[in-house]
Amino acid sequence: MSNMATASCNVDELLAQAERDEAEKLRSIAVDKELELEFDLGNLLACDKNRLETRDFTGEEKHDFLRSLARDNTQLLINELWKLPTERIQEAVVAKLPEPTTPLPREKPPPRPRPPTKWEQFAKLKGIQKKKKTNLVWDETAKEWRRRWGYKRAKDNTNEWLIEVPQTADPNEDQFVKRITAKKERVAKNELNRLRNIARAQKLKVPGMGLTPVSRQSKDDLVRAASVARTSTASVGKFQERLPKEKPAKGTGKRRKFQPVIGDFSAEKDKQLELLKMMESKRPKLNVTKAVNKQMREDDREEAAARNSKRGKQAGRKGRRDNAAPGKGKGKMGARGKKAGGKPQRGKPSGGKKSKPGKR
Amino acid sequence: MTQSDGIIKPKTKRSKRFLQSRAPKLTENGKSAMIMKGGNANQTVSQALKDIYSLKKPNAVLYKKKNITRPFEDSTSLEFFSKKTDCSLFLFGSHNKKRPNNLIFGRLFDFHVLDMIELGIEKYVSLSEIKMTKCPEGTKPMLVFAGEAFDMDNEYKRLKSLLIDFFRGPSVPAVRLAGLEHVLHFTAVNGKIFMRSYRCLLKKSGCRTPRIELEEIGPSFDFVLRRTHLASDDLYKLSHKQPKALKPKKKKNVSHDAFGTKFGRVHMQKQDLSKLQTRKMKGLRKRKREVVDDGESPKVAKVDS
Repeated sequence: MSNMATASCNVDELLAQAERDEAEKLRSIAVDKELELEFDLGNLLACDKNRLETRDFTGEEKHDFLRSLARDNTQLLINELWKLPTERIQEAVVAKLPEPTTPLPREKPPPRPRPPTKWEQFAKLKGIQKKKKTNLVWDETAKEWRRRWGYKRAKDNTNEWLIEVPQTADPNEDQFVKRITAKKERVAKNELNRLRNIARAQKLKVPGMGLTPVSRQSKDDLVRAASVARTSTASVGKFQERLPKEKPAKGTGKRRKFQPVIGDFSAEKDKQLELLKMMESKRPKLNVTKAVNKQMREDDREEAAARNSKRGKQAGRKGRRDNAAPGKGKGKMGARGKKAGGKPQRGKPSGGKKSKPGKR
Repeated sequence: MTQSDGIIKPKTKRSKRFLQSRAPKLTENGKSAMIMKGGNANQTVSQALKDIYSLKKPNAVLYKKKNITRPFEDSTSLEFFSKKTDCSLFLFGSHNKKRPNNLIFGRLFDFHVLDMIELGIEKYVSLSEIKMTKCPEGTKPMLVFAGEAFDMDNEYKRLKSLLIDFFRGPSVPAVRLAGLEHVLHFTAVNGKIFMRSYRCLLKKSGCRTPRIELEEIGPSFDFVLRRTHLASDDLYKLSHKQPKALKPKKKKNVSHDAFGTKFGRVHMQKQDLSKLQTRKMKGLRKRKREVVDDGESPKVAKVDS
């Protein structure tokens, strides 16, 4: 029995000891704070919102205060960091950090999608889709697979030592030079188009094409060239003299644009509604203050007139006053006269017929 | 027009790579800082700039020469330098009679100044004055902000955001626990801001989490807040705008409750009950005879016609 008792005693003691040890261990890493800290573990950041005791804040005390504050806060941050899931990578224990939660401004605005080029717009409109071509093609002469274009391309016609002169071509023309200039012009045109696309994307004023190089200039081209040359002065061709019998260049003025006959119904509806709205807005609006003032003035006048008439009756006759009333009556008479004039028109259907003979 | 508009067409692969590295991206490069001094900078300020440079080192550019400019009056030269070195953070040090020992922390958005906050150094202990073992260069620091001012006052809030931006280092998905050495502690008390830098010693505590002891390594500053130039709310909001592609996609029919339990909504097709397998009984079976009878009747009709 006694043995049993001592054993149970020991067990209790041991448990109590273990509990105390545990508490001791926790005490070394536990920190008491009135308000809990806010953590952003993605940035290894902690924010302590507690009110700081500023009494002992002079000289050496300040130093110690700051250090103890920092120690407590760092301990809390480390406690939080050690709770994160860990991984072992090459004998190093690594904690996986969550995404940062503190919003911080970006360095540059997010990338915008590239605006479509003129060709891309056109292709979308027409439903033209890009076809993927193979990079390598079979070259018959070399008997091997070669790149479609670029250095060492298949069917390379730039390295030919002999070019057949076409029957229609000028025999004295150098076909090699012609080929090279044609290539250069294509490259230049492409560059120009690139710049125009950029200008459009920037919403700048897209420069006119002017004249692009072509093999043979037609009459229209020449007329356009002349007009471009005329306007290419400092004063945009204002003081340029015209040749006798010279016609203005075609296609330089404004072009009228019409809506399609059938198409965007909603836009058409909007347009019509807009028009109706405008017509509505043209109607004179009721100005309440003005109307009220007018009414009040009229009332006043009536009142005054009534008073005057009373006084007139009392005082006897006043010629002028009496004269004034018939003056107004004249207008009324005139209106009546107009109405009267209207009646005979109804009565004279023959005259109406005569006026519009063509329509009947 | 910035460099990224595709107007400059790179002629070599190398220049193309260079332009791409500077173009705006969905997930951006870490912000780097340029550290420069003004026309007049005394020993304290230049030493402070050098120390902050050593804290920020791999992601910073230290300008050796004087730059006679006043960021609060004209920020064009700052914007020019930012474009040149592709830095969006700056630290400008100067010293004059009106504002002695002056540091200007700032950041830029799209090569334009977003925030600038001027701090005067009241007391400064440099990195070399404290003889202690220092942290290795490029250690990602732990940042701690203490004091209610950092959450109450608008200017202090911005200052906190700016300091986080300035000192946080590269954003990383994981961190080596034993390598958490450096602590930057900012305290706002009595209208002053105390910046202290400590080395963190991990001591055994008996449980998994270590006990922390701190050792001051410097530099340490006592700052006072001077002039500020804060971005307007519109610009500030615009600078925080994240591209749509970065937002996590919403998962349909999956939800979580307060305890983190995952719930899913399952949509079932309607069951076809006619094909349900039930208990087979002889009496319910279809009879072959009836089927035969059905087959005969149309034949008879045919004969009739």
